Amino acid sequence: MFLILHPNSVSLLAYTIYLSFAGSLVLAVLPKGKPALARWLALAVAIAGLALAVQGFIAGMGQGRTVLIDLPWVPSMGIHFLLAADGISRVLVLLTGLAAVAGVLFSWNIELRTNEFFALFLALIGGVYGVFLSFDLFLLFVFYEIAIVPKYFLIAIWGSTRREYAAMKLAIYSFAGSAMVLIGLLAAYTTAGSHSTGLIELAHANLPVSFQMWCFPLVFTGFAILAGMWPFHTWAPTGHVAAPTAASMLLAGVVMKLGAYGCLRVGIALFPRGLDPWGFSFIGIGSWRDVFAVLAVIGIVYGALVALAQTDFKFVIGYSSVSHMGFVLLGLMTLNQIGVTGAVMQMFSHGIIAGLLFAIVGRIVYDRTHTRQLAELETMHLSKRLPFAAWAFVIAGMASIGMPGFSGFIAELQVLVGAWIAKPWWALAAGVGVVVGVAYTWRALQKAFFPDVLPSAHVLEQEHGHELAAITWPEVTGVGLLTGVSLFVGLYPKILLDAIEPAVKALLAGGVQ
Amino acid sequence: MSGIHLLTLLTVLPLVGAAIALVASKHARGVALITTLISLALSLAVWTQLPANGGYGLVEQHVWAPSLGINYYLGVDGLSALMLVLSAIVTLMSVDAAHRVHHQPGLYFALVLTLEAGLFGSFTALNFFHWFLFWELCLIPAFFLIRLWGGTRRGPAATQFFVYTMAGSVALLVAFLAVFLSTGSMDFPHLTLLASTGELEQMVTAHLGPVMLWLAIGVLAGFAVKVPMIPFHTWLPAAYAEAPSPVTMLLTGAMSKMGVYGLLRLALPLFGHQISQMRTPLLVLAVATVVMGAWAAAAQKDLKRIFAYMSVNHLGYCLLGIFALAVPAAGAAAQTSQAMALNGVILQMFNHGLTAAALFWFVAMIQHRTGGHRGIDQFGGLGKPAPVLFGLMSIALFSSLGLPGLNGFVGEFLIFRGVFPLAWVAATVSILGLLVTAAVILTVIQKVFTGPVPEHCAGFPDLHHNERMALIPVIGLMILLGLLPQLIVESVNPTVVNLLAHWRF
Repeated sequence: MFLILHPNSVSLLAYTIYLSFAGSLVLAVLPKGKPALARWLALAVAIAGLALAVQGFIAGMGQGRTVLIDLPWVPSMGIHFLLAADGISRVLVLLTGLAAVAGVLFSWNIELRTNEFFALFLALIGGVYGVFLSFDLFLLFVFYEIAIVPKYFLIAIWGSTRREYAAMKLAIYSFAGSAMVLIGLLAAYTTAGSHSTGLIELAHANLPVSFQMWCFPLVFTGFAILAGMWPFHTWAPTGHVAAPTAASMLLAGVVMKLGAYGCLRVGIALFPRGLDPWGFSFIGIGSWRDVFAVLAVIGIVYGALVALAQTDFKFVIGYSSVSHMGFVLLGLMTLNQIGVTGAVMQMFSHGIIAGLLFAIVGRIVYDRTHTRQLAELETMHLSKRLPFAAWAFVIAGMASIGMPGFSGFIAELQVLVGAWIAKPWWALAAGVGVVVGVAYTWRALQKAFFPDVLPSAHVLEQEHGHELAAITWPEVTGVGLLTGVSLFVGLYPKILLDAIEPAVKALLAGGVQ
Repeated sequence: MSGIHLLTLLTVLPLVGAAIALVASKHARGVALITTLISLALSLAVWTQLPANGGYGLVEQHVWAPSLGINYYLGVDGLSALMLVLSAIVTLMSVDAAHRVHHQPGLYFALVLTLEAGLFGSFTALNFFHWFLFWELCLIPAFFLIRLWGGTRRGPAATQFFVYTMAGSVALLVAFLAVFLSTGSMDFPHLTLLASTGELEQMVTAHLGPVMLWLAIGVLAGFAVKVPMIPFHTWLPAAYAEAPSPVTMLLTGAMSKMGVYGLLRLALPLFGHQISQMRTPLLVLAVATVVMGAWAAAAQKDLKRIFAYMSVNHLGYCLLGIFALAVPAAGAAAQTSQAMALNGVILQMFNHGLTAAALFWFVAMIQHRTGGHRGIDQFGGLGKPAPVLFGLMSIALFSSLGLPGLNGFVGEFLIFRGVFPLAWVAATVSILGLLVTAAVILTVIQKVFTGPVPEHCAGFPDLHHNERMALIPVIGLMILLGLLPQLIVESVNPTVVNLLAHWRF
């Protein structure tokens, strides 16, 4: 308990978790009928979390893994309340902080049960912080499970299109994934016989290769379900579409990263030998690494192609997430320094960009036009009536397709180079996905904002009578924040790479030290 | 020996309360509340006086009928004491929930208190006859509580419940008579000692021939009905659904634990070897109980039946743990796994009792406020008019789901942790049960609390002050035990070690 009460600059990062949960509790018991208070409180908590994340990121520069807090929790089983951070964690905590602030800003117009909305929102954020900072497998699992509940309610209560179906599907997929992880967790713990659930101890337990061979695909798949790996991705588009804007931002922005993070931190770090060749090969596939890389490539191309065919604006973004998360998984499967670093970069970058895209589509556009059908948006002349949205989407779209200067470029480039080093055809196939990515983004952009037919003076006059609500300051701030970060990281990637590279190096070298 | 005979006091107190309640008629609930509160305090006092070595404490022993080996023999270890506390909590909750009994309240509360006495008696008895007396004593009030205050089809439900359980009891009685005829003793500690050296089997075989396996089957059947284990569960849904909800709380929260308790106190110590011989088919049945229970719950439309089948599922985890650990331990790792599984089973007994009782409490409340509705399709959107109810019941539901951070998770996790190395196939298949349960619980939340509000639920009042006060300790306990399971595990673990040391598989 002393560590909790006497923070120092290192252990401060753990406060992101406590603060978010505390904020959630306060919001839950706050008197009803004061939505403004709830908003400002949620914003204050989110900003404080971001400040802590930034502080932790800066304090952690040049440092390896630092333990934030280590208390025995269930001593008889060797379970510790062990929070720690390395470069990967710090980057993802930073992402979570940004997504939290942006999420609150883009939920500024929530009027239905505002307190509960932000309470659940902050609980989800707290769970996400917890996963990224847990270095005890059990604790990680606990936070991972806890995060499922708020996202379920966020969709089921505040969602739109088929929200109950989507919420249930999301929850069931998540629980199925965590059941697989649980089996792997128990099996690893038993096999290791180390009487500790610490990730470091388990990674050093020298688990038998034959064991790793079956446990790796189980755990990896369990986590990859949440990362939207094809063919287990179907929860993602429906979930993203049904969720309220802030929840889609979080789902695509950070929750999918939880899955990818688990794949890396647990799947690859604990069972590295599970990626070894089987000793035989079938149509060029000779290891679990090949299997998952192929699934990732299929996800990249398939997600992009499906996005190209959507008529619903939000579904375009939903499927684009599947495609972009494919890059993360492909990067992980390269198992080389540059590819895995690219994967982590892509997690950060996609978190920012997907958040931005969902904010534009769900909040800025949909809340004003009340339609997401591209065919209807086409007739609305949004580039004239909502120029801010149009130009924001242009910037977000450029970031999304990986235009140099934005964070997505450096991330996808690293993944492609890593894939080329591993197996050139992975990179070539994924490259097709990039091209299709340009196509669907530009198609959506044109249909929604810049249709070919220019409005006649008469139409414009008519529309003048029904002006769309003006853009509000939270929207401008949110867009500014996210585009700014994406640009900054795109122009100066070194700031994140310096944190990620040593951590990836240590992780790939075996052991998490 | 304790100077004040705490355990006898504990058992007699509810009987005295019952007698007073019977004549108090209008004030019967008040009498019952006071009695159960004192009982809870006493059971907590017992909990604090457990011996540190995990053996029996507060032992009282008097000769009763020596020629039949019948002794008045009482004592508690960690397992019994935990069950006492659970019974006291559940009975208190049940009395609290039963504030709308207008028909013969005196008799109602007298029966409830008698049932509590039966529970206390059977959880403290260390002599078979003594135990059996209280085991049967529970059955009779339970029967009448269903028969007289139950729903529209209470008649068949009560009869089925009674007949099934009696059949189980007969099997138990026969088996123990055989054991008594062979050994001349009915005291559990003595019989356990005989069994742990293998003498029991020799004596029974010498007297009656090779019947030991059949005796084990009889005993198992007796307890399997009570838990219940598939395929002996068919009495349960009808009984749970037809019984008034406060009685269902008692049935599922406390009485179902008698079956699991019996397995741990009688079946494993005496017939451990036979059970380990039948381990594979028993594991299959346990897994079936877990998985089929969850599937059956998914197919129900009636809230009470959903929760009834979920109870089957949750107690299935106990069975899974018990049968998985019934194997000769090879090495320290296997012993650790056994200890984990047993700790998990005991924790799960407590957690399930608490959570299931809370869930049926909610059903009783919802049913009362909507004029008797309890089909999940008859509700909707209750989260809006009743946010506090929504919040608290969600916690109970998530505890039932096994969400980390709440009590339900810890027991199930320990069971899976223990069972995995001992029977990994069974553990893996059982995880399917966890998934289906999750789907069921989310469906309940969706249908009851979200969506549009139907007309008859429009003016649904939220929990009022007294109800919140009654629930908050229970919900608080769920969170507390979820975060600090040591509160129970540390007291139970010595008993677990002691029990395992005396079991021979």
